[in-house]
Amino acid sequence: MPDPAPRGNILPLDTAPGHNRRRAETAAWLLMAEELRYERGGRCLLDGISFALSPSGITALLGPNGAGKSLLLRLLGGLIRPDSGRIRFDPAFDGSTGMVFQKPVLLRRSVRANLDHALRIARIPRRQRTGRIAELLVMADLTHCAESPARALSGGEQQRLTMARALVNKPRLLLLDEPTASLDPAATAGFEALTREIARMGTKIMLVTHDLHQARRIADDVIFIHKGRIHEQGPTTAFFAAPRSPEARAYCAGTLIT
Amino acid sequence: MLDGQIIEIVALSLRVSVFAVILAALIGVPLGALLAVGRFPGRNLATMTINALMGLPPVVVGLGLYLLLSRSGPLGILQLLYTPTAMIIAQMILVTPIIASFSQQVLSDLHAEYDEMLRAMKATRLQVMGTLIRDARHALVTAFLAGLGRALSEIGAVMIVGGNINHATRVMTTAIALETSKGNLRLAVSLGLILLGLAFVINIALVVLRTRLERQAHA
Ligand SMILES: Nc1ncnc2c1ncn2[C@@H]1O[C@H](COP(=O)(O)OP(=O)(O)OP(=O)(O)O)[C@@H](O)[C@H]1O
Ligand SMILES: [Mg+2]
Repeated sequence: MPDPAPRGNILPLDTAPGHNRRRAETAAWLLMAEELRYERGGRCLLDGISFALSPSGITALLGPNGAGKSLLLRLLGGLIRPDSGRIRFDPAFDGSTGMVFQKPVLLRRSVRANLDHALRIARIPRRQRTGRIAELLVMADLTHCAESPARALSGGEQQRLTMARALVNKPRLLLLDEPTASLDPAATAGFEALTREIARMGTKIMLVTHDLHQARRIADDVIFIHKGRIHEQGPTTAFFAAPRSPEARAYCAGTLIT
Repeated sequence: MLDGQIIEIVALSLRVSVFAVILAALIGVPLGALLAVGRFPGRNLATMTINALMGLPPVVVGLGLYLLLSRSGPLGILQLLYTPTAMIIAQMILVTPIIASFSQQVLSDLHAEYDEMLRAMKATRLQVMGTLIRDARHALVTAFLAGLGRALSEIGAVMIVGGNINHATRVMTTAIALETSKGNLRLAVSLGLILLGLAFVINIALVVLRTRLERQAHA
């Protein structure tokens, strides 16, 4: 079945994120989590989390509600610290990370001003900002509402704006927390095409999603977590062909009771 | 009714109070932002101090400033006593804690919402403060208006350090007190009505701003 026409344009090659960082990849991983543990209020929310994140491609992070996916993304993005364990990064990684949160947080300003603000914080000179904003608006298909207050946008439009904002610094690592949860099918297809293109340009993407078809379509490999623990990690095809852990099997079948 | 004398008094009142509020905002907003965003020792103490200073009795501020500025005081050499400058300083001292405390509250709330997003962007502390102040600007204006209302209707401090000198430091509140005690009720009532009107206008502006803010919050 052919893909539906993606919405918005794909980033032109020379402006795609990460392209200027493409280099011979030496390390076999971009980051390595070692025995991460995170507790809050006497509850162990993440425990014994160890995995290596491959330096390229798209990794889907799957698991039921409350499994700890958003927490893990925050740990990887450096927004919270593990109570024990550590995260090692490829020495060649410049630390540039883009993040899309599950709940869009937008400034009380126009769509354009939101992007301009992010570009300013990324220290992009004023002369380049206007052009870059125009590109990002086209990419996120938000040109028609560039001057609207960002918080008045529809849920899907807000999500597309936070995605565009996460790309302003052309990050090497992109952490996406259910970025298509409120997108319509065409916007979702556009998003998937864009993500694939960004990954092809050398940005590593970690994607939290509950859309198993989406994971199957775009992820290269899968990490499955349940109750704060990793139950399974492996290539997408192998994972969906035959999940090894009973929890993953039940989750994919839609019968996992948490 | 609006004779030259009244215009002069009202104009001085506005000049002194507006100036005082501008200075108080220039100090109070960054201070509030620092307390909302910063993590440093003494932060809680500073917050408590500012909240305590909100309740400063104006007469005591006036007295303290009088002691500083009087001829034999440590700052007597500046010869500021009984000048509009002294009145501006007194009102600024009274309004700054109000603006700082309100700013801290508003900016803390906004910070709780923006914190992770801004940290994910690797914004510097200064950029965080700038972002918060900008996005809270309408709420901050309500604090400025509240401060202006307080400054305009304040009498104790400006009486002591201004001295209610005709054509020099006579403002609405001090003039009303004086004219009433002299039995010149016509002037006192005129000034009283003008002060009332100003307070009314400021409060209308406050209400309008608040409703607009609420609408924004729901957007
Ligand atoms: N700051 C916190 N304090 C206490 N508990 C927390 C905190 N943050 C998260 N949790 C708990 O940790 C668990 C995992 O939360 P997390 O947001 O990572 O789930 P998730 O896998 O992203 O779920 P969903 O699919 O619903 O988004 C939840 O049970 C949540 O209640
Ligand atoms: Mg989540």
